[in-house]
Parts: sequence; C-alpha cells; structure tokens
Amino acid sequence: MKREVVWQPVTAVVVLALAALFPVVITNGLATTIGVETMIFVAAAAAWNIFSGFSGYISLGHAVFFGTGAYTVAILAQHWHLTGESVFWLMPLGAVAGAIVAVPFGLVALQARRHTFVVITIAIFFIFQLMAFNFGFTGGSSGIIAPILNWDAATYNNPFYYIALIIAAFTVGLGWLIRGSRFGLQLRAIRDDEDRARGLGVKTLRVKLSALVISAFITGMIGGLFYYFIGQAVPQFIFDPLFDLAVALMAFFGGLGTVAGPVLGALIIEPAQQYLTVQLNNDYLSEILLGALFLAVILLVPRGIIPTTGERISKWRSRQAGRQPATAAPPGEQPVPEPAAGRGKEAGR
Amino acid sequence: MGRQIYAAIADGILEGGVYALMAVGLTLIFGVLDIINIAQGILVVTGAYLSYVLSVHLHIDLFLGLLVTVPAMFILGLGIYWAFIRPLRGRERTSMSLLACYAVAIIIEGVLYWIFGANEETLHASYITDSFRVFGFYLSDIYVYGFILAVALVIGLYLLLYRTKFGRSVRATMQDQTAARLIGIQVNKVAGLTFAIGVAVTAAGGMMFGATSGGFTPNSGYDLISRLLAIIILGGLGSIGGALVASVFMITLESLVDIWSPNWAIVVFYLALVIVLTVRPTGMFGRQPVRAQ
Repeated sequence: MKREVVWQPVTAVVVLALAALFPVVITNGLATTIGVETMIFVAAAAAWNIFSGFSGYISLGHAVFFGTGAYTVAILAQHWHLTGESVFWLMPLGAVAGAIVAVPFGLVALQARRHTFVVITIAIFFIFQLMAFNFGFTGGSSGIIAPILNWDAATYNNPFYYIALIIAAFTVGLGWLIRGSRFGLQLRAIRDDEDRARGLGVKTLRVKLSALVISAFITGMIGGLFYYFIGQAVPQFIFDPLFDLAVALMAFFGGLGTVAGPVLGALIIEPAQQYLTVQLNNDYLSEILLGALFLAVILLVPRGIIPTTGERISKWRSRQAGRQPATAAPPGEQPVPEPAAGRGKEAGR
Repeated sequence: MGRQIYAAIADGILEGGVYALMAVGLTLIFGVLDIINIAQGILVVTGAYLSYVLSVHLHIDLFLGLLVTVPAMFILGLGIYWAFIRPLRGRERTSMSLLACYAVAIIIEGVLYWIFGANEETLHASYITDSFRVFGFYLSDIYVYGFILAVALVIGLYLLLYRTKFGRSVRATMQDQTAARLIGIQVNKVAGLTFAIGVAVTAAGGMMFGATSGGFTPNSGYDLISRLLAIIILGGLGSIGGALVASVFMITLESLVDIWSPNWAIVVFYLALVIVLTVRPTGMFGRQPVRAQ
C-alpha cells in the first residue's frame, strides 16, 4: 500500500514531464500531429471515464458534447469575426455549451438503465448529427471553415498540443480527486447497486447528472480545440459515431473506472491507429483494425490492462508471501479470514 | 392534401412491415440473450449487398436469391455468436456484449467499404419500378411484395416460436434462463440458434431495404440501427408484438411528417421515442419497466 502511495505521484510527474518534453524533442510534423490528436483523446477518454467509468452508465453519446462544443466555438468565431489566438478564448464557452446540453440529455437518458440507457444515448447522438446536417446556422454538410492561422509550420502544432495537455492533466487530476471523494464513492455505489445506494440515501439522479455535466463540460472544451485543430466543423467529423466508440474503447482497454486506465488506453490506441492509417494509407483497413482490437480487448482483457495487471501482481505477491506459512498451517485448521477482503479488493481496482 | 395523407399512411404501413421484420430479429435476440445486437443495422446492409452481388453478377432474381442469402446470413450469425458473444461472462457482460456487437459492426462496415467502395448502390428489378392502382392510389409493386414477404416470415417466426419444441425452449429461456437450464434446455444452443435466426431475417430485410431505399452505402447501417433501436424500445424490449406495432406506427409517422419536411422526418422518430419513454418508461407493450432492468 505504502509503496503505491509514493509511486503514484512520482509516475504522474514523470509521465507529465515526458509529455511536456515530447514536442521539444520530436519536431517531426507528423509525429506532433499525432501527439495533438492523442492528447485530445487522453482528455476525452478521461472525461468520459468520470461519468461512465465511475457510474457504470456506458454512454455512447459523448460526441454530442464534443460536437456541441466544437460548433459553439465555430459559430461564435464566425459571428464575432475572431481570428488567430483569440479563438482559443472561446473554448470555455464551448465547454459551457456542452454542459448545458448535458442537462436535458441526462434528464431524458438517465430515466433508463443498462441497455436502454446506451441505446437512448445513441439515439440522442443521431438527433444531434441530423440537426448539424439540417440547420442553417451550422452550414449543413459543408460545415464551417475555421479562421486560418498563419503560424510557422515547424511549431504550428505546439500550442494545440500544450492546451490539450493542460486540459488532459486537469481532467486526470479531477478524476483522481473525484474518485477519492464522497461524490466519487456515491457514483461507485450507484455502479455497484443503484437501488441499494438510493436506499442508503444517495440522491442518485442528482449525483449521476452532476457527473455527466462535469464530463460534458470537459468534452465540450476538447471539442472546441479539435475544431480549431482540424480547421473545419463538418457534421461527419464533429458528430462522429467512431468518437463515441473510440473513447469507450480506450477506457475499457486501460481499465474502466480507474484513473490511469483511460490515459493509458488513449496513449496506446490513438497513436497506433493514426500511425496505421498513415502507413497503410487505407481508412477502411484502420477501421477494421480498430474493431478487431476492440474485440481482442473484450475477449482477452475484459477488465482492462490496469486491473488485470494489478490482479496478476497481487496474486503473484500473495503466492510469494504465502509460501512459508502455507506449509506451516495444515489445511482445515487455517484461521478464519478477516472480513477485510472487501477493502483489499477495493484498493486493487 | 387528404389524398397525400392516405398515400403516406399506406406507404408507412407497407414499409413498416419490412422494418418489423428486421426489428423482430433484434427484439428476439434481446429477449433470449439479453444483449442488444448493435450490428443488426450493418447486417441488413450486408444482406442488401449480398442480394446486389447475386442479382448483378449472377443474374439471380432478388426474391429467389433469398434462398441463398438467408442461409448465408444464418451462418454468419452463428459465427458471430460462437466467436464473440458466447465467451463473454461476468458482471459487465451486458455492456461488453453491446460493445462487442459494435466492434463487429465496425469491422463489417470496413470490409464492405473495402470491397464495394463508398458509392451508392441500388437493386434493380422490373417490379421495383412498376406500380399498380388500388382505390385510386399507386402502390409500388416492391412494397406490396415486400410486405407480403415480411408478413409471411413473421408468421413463420410466430409458428416457430409458439408451435414447435424449439420455440418452447426459446420462450422458456426468455422467461427464466436458470430455470430453463434446470429443466434440461441447452441454453447455449438455444441462444446461438436464436441469434442466428435474428441475423438471418436481415437477409430478407436487407433485400427489401436495398430495393426500396433508393441507394445504400456501407454507412447506411447507422441510420438503420438507430431506427430499429427506437422501434424495439418503443415496442418494449423483448416484445415481438410490440416490435410489429411500433414499426408500423413509427414508419407511418415518419412518412406523414415527410410530407411537410423530408429533412426533419427522422428527427420526429427520435423525438417520439424520447417522449414515449419519458411518459411511459416500459415502452408501449413492455411488461417489465425499462427503468428497472
């Protein structure tokens, strides 16, 4: 236990330092582009995890918040004729728009549980995609073009990278704080047994909705950044069903409901996918590979890398520790195990 | 105006029959396996492409081709079940199976794009363009044939479920899996066959979809699955009768709104879903409340 307490912040600082140094060391344009996309997905997966990972409600509609944030920034930048760096200041407004949309989204979808919840999030997602295609102010299928940034090509990606990194670090930190807090415990109680949690006095709807709004706020901000980075807001890229799937995959891959899991998942999956897309020069093949990877994760490490590795390590440790006393105590005369097993399991997650 | 409305209702009922066929497969799979097969939409599109290949390259009639495509889709369904659904276990099985089906859908979509490209394809046959007059309306032949086919297949499914020993095992598994296992039903086998049957009907649904939609691409799967999900939730998950009524109701509603605004017709679809679920969370015919599942 104590070892983990020391190592967790050290690992976090090392990872953050490495991430901050990345564009300084590697200046290849393709690599930094992949870097920006990866950081965007680290933040998005961590934000998704704050709601879906902790509460157990799998949302396949987070692209709604992502797209709302992106379109808010796009439309306001167009309306106020903003250019250059000033567009970045609209990102908090994108976040607020995402959070506002999350309230009716949650009030409708959180009426249901399990499958039905997932399906309703998908349905709401398609409503938003259709609205983006059909409303006049979104520019329809041709979308909205972002103002051109006349930055130096060599360092063009860096501001995007660092903004995404700051948001990602903030989100992971927030996730860590929430996980340990009373609010986080309430969320996990809902995940484990919602009716019992309500019986124990958890205001379930309020707790779930708050988590969704927090998650949507960050996702909306990331959406705004993504729009400016790719330089346009078109419905099929901004309201993309693959976005929903990708963030869920990253979180599942790393470990649903853990703080580091979604980060690890995003750091592995997004660069791999981008690299393959570029190398193979075939969007369809990379789509097939994403699906195949997803299936492999579900079938081979269904609980994610971090929980599975943690389990292996603790099993190995207990085997190491159990070797000597196991020979001493004959079977059948073992002392009654202490009822602390539940707590140990909780810490291992 | 009145004529237009009657025509829209007639179209809606006929097309609703086709959607009912696809939705029954989906709701049957849910009832027995407790999973939602998100891949159903892309499987319908796969069925359409299979019919396309048979009719364009081998010049086999669309309806005759079903004799090949239905068994092919049945085998595909069996394969998906054994490879990806059956191994899933544990507490997260529900969400895992949903994601597994989504992953399968993505793979199939990628494969279809790779083989057929992103161009719109349509199915061609003399009866797709022909129409005949009933009570002063022109009804397209294909809609009528498709409706008859859908009704025949739904009756076939009904007989299979309510008049055979296999059907009794399926219904027993739907009611209580543990009890079914205890009285000697091979639940895994029943589940696999049900999944395969649910997928097999997409061959017929896909042929009809390809013939009536006026163009399909591998991307059409998303649109289809979201409609089908809305239909089976409205009808009450796992309720076959509910799926039939909800299909006809929703497609008719869509074709009515289509008179005023084609772009927004599909939104009404989802809005109806949201409103119905807010007022009556069980869906129209669900016994078990959606909320408590």
